[in-house]
Amino acid sequence: MLKHRVIPCLLLRGRGLVKTRKFAAPQYVGDPINAIRIFNEKEADELMVLDISASVEGRGPQFDLIEQFAGECFMPLCYGGGIRTVEQARQLFALGVEKVCLQTAVLNDVSLVTKIAEQFGEQAVLASVDVKRKLFGRMQLYAAASRKILPGPWLDHVRRLVAAGAGEILLNAVDRDGTMEGPDLELIREASHAIAVPLVAVGGVGSLADVRAAVDAGASAVAAGAFFVLHGPHRAVLVTYPDPTELQQIFATQEGRQ
Amino acid sequence: MTNLSIAIPNLGIGNFASVIRMVEKVGGAARLVDEPSEIATADKIVLAGVGAFDRGMSSLTSRGWADALREAVVHRRKPILGICLGMQLMCEESEEGSCAGLGWIGGKVKRFVPPVPAIKVPHMGWNTVTVTKPGGLIPDGEQRFYFVHSYFVECGDRSDVVATARHGQTFDAAFSRGNIHGVQFHPEKSHRFGMSVMRSFVALEC
Repeated sequence: MLKHRVIPCLLLRGRGLVKTRKFAAPQYVGDPINAIRIFNEKEADELMVLDISASVEGRGPQFDLIEQFAGECFMPLCYGGGIRTVEQARQLFALGVEKVCLQTAVLNDVSLVTKIAEQFGEQAVLASVDVKRKLFGRMQLYAAASRKILPGPWLDHVRRLVAAGAGEILLNAVDRDGTMEGPDLELIREASHAIAVPLVAVGGVGSLADVRAAVDAGASAVAAGAFFVLHGPHRAVLVTYPDPTELQQIFATQEGRQ
Repeated sequence: MTNLSIAIPNLGIGNFASVIRMVEKVGGAARLVDEPSEIATADKIVLAGVGAFDRGMSSLTSRGWADALREAVVHRRKPILGICLGMQLMCEESEEGSCAGLGWIGGKVKRFVPPVPAIKVPHMGWNTVTVTKPGGLIPDGEQRFYFVHSYFVECGDRSDVVATARHGQTFDAAFSRGNIHGVQFHPEKSHRFGMSVMRSFVALEC
């Protein structure tokens, strides 16, 4: 049966990797090529690299660097950050990227999702949605590049992206980012009920039990940052990935999903 | 044995860079070719692609790829490996579109109909396959591969099927008929499991 993907999500800032906490306080965690090599050797299910400074700085993808990333990956690679045109997406696919992750460019107008999906297929477009909880826990759509909470029901935005042709939704629990305190299961439940395409949950994963919990809540795949690059109470940098038997065990008692 | 060259038709859409890297990783040589005439000089072919069936077929027929491929594959019997959409294009027809396929393999391409909501379409991620006909490109034993597709091949002649997989239902994950091979998964993105498939294809005698 289909395995639930467990995906390291690496954050690029400039030409180095960082790990954030609640979308702030970026901590340098090392050279991206080195980390990608390790994940390739450990046979990670898939890899996601998000350039978190691209949209903030108003620039596009760093194609030279991304080409090097693709060269190290014998696994699917998803890239996000600063993509605003079909041409940029085409260049990324030509370099060996499987999926592009769209967020800032499709916050107000989802047409870029459709344009890329029509040419390259829905499977190649992952739309990212950041959700932040307000006081009293109300969930709201969040714009990471401008650091603003947006009005309107966040689930409507998710549905719009899927209707526009997104093959997957990356659902980011902003308040859990980098905390390793566990995923926002309520958020995952709500989103997975609303859509028929795979949901990739990210934010808060601190253990394999958290991965399992996110899957039980309805995620098709689980991405994590801190869990794969930081270790211990002092958040020391250590790049790790569970071995296949550990991953099998975590899902072993869960059946009936097929 | 000299290093046999593998031609990859540039159909515009597909992760050709990854395929070339994987072929080189296992000691082969592959190049992306822009002109159908270049197929004639290659020893083997990889037909790779993603996207919609009709778009794939129209890029094959509009520029003469289909004729050049038929000559190389059907008449000269050069080994060919179809990956993902490339595999589907080798069949007769698809529910995804109205164009006729290349028709080298009897069978149709169908869309997944999820029996329960937990089965998502596209079928995306790592799945195990069951080898139904050993001795081909896919080794025996537990193998897992990366899949991403919403449509699947159903071979008309069951003896063409090499491996099956399950996603809500059983589907044909790989076929082989003489020199014609197809895999629904992405060997170029499937770590050592995919590497071994590519190694076997590179090692095939012409």
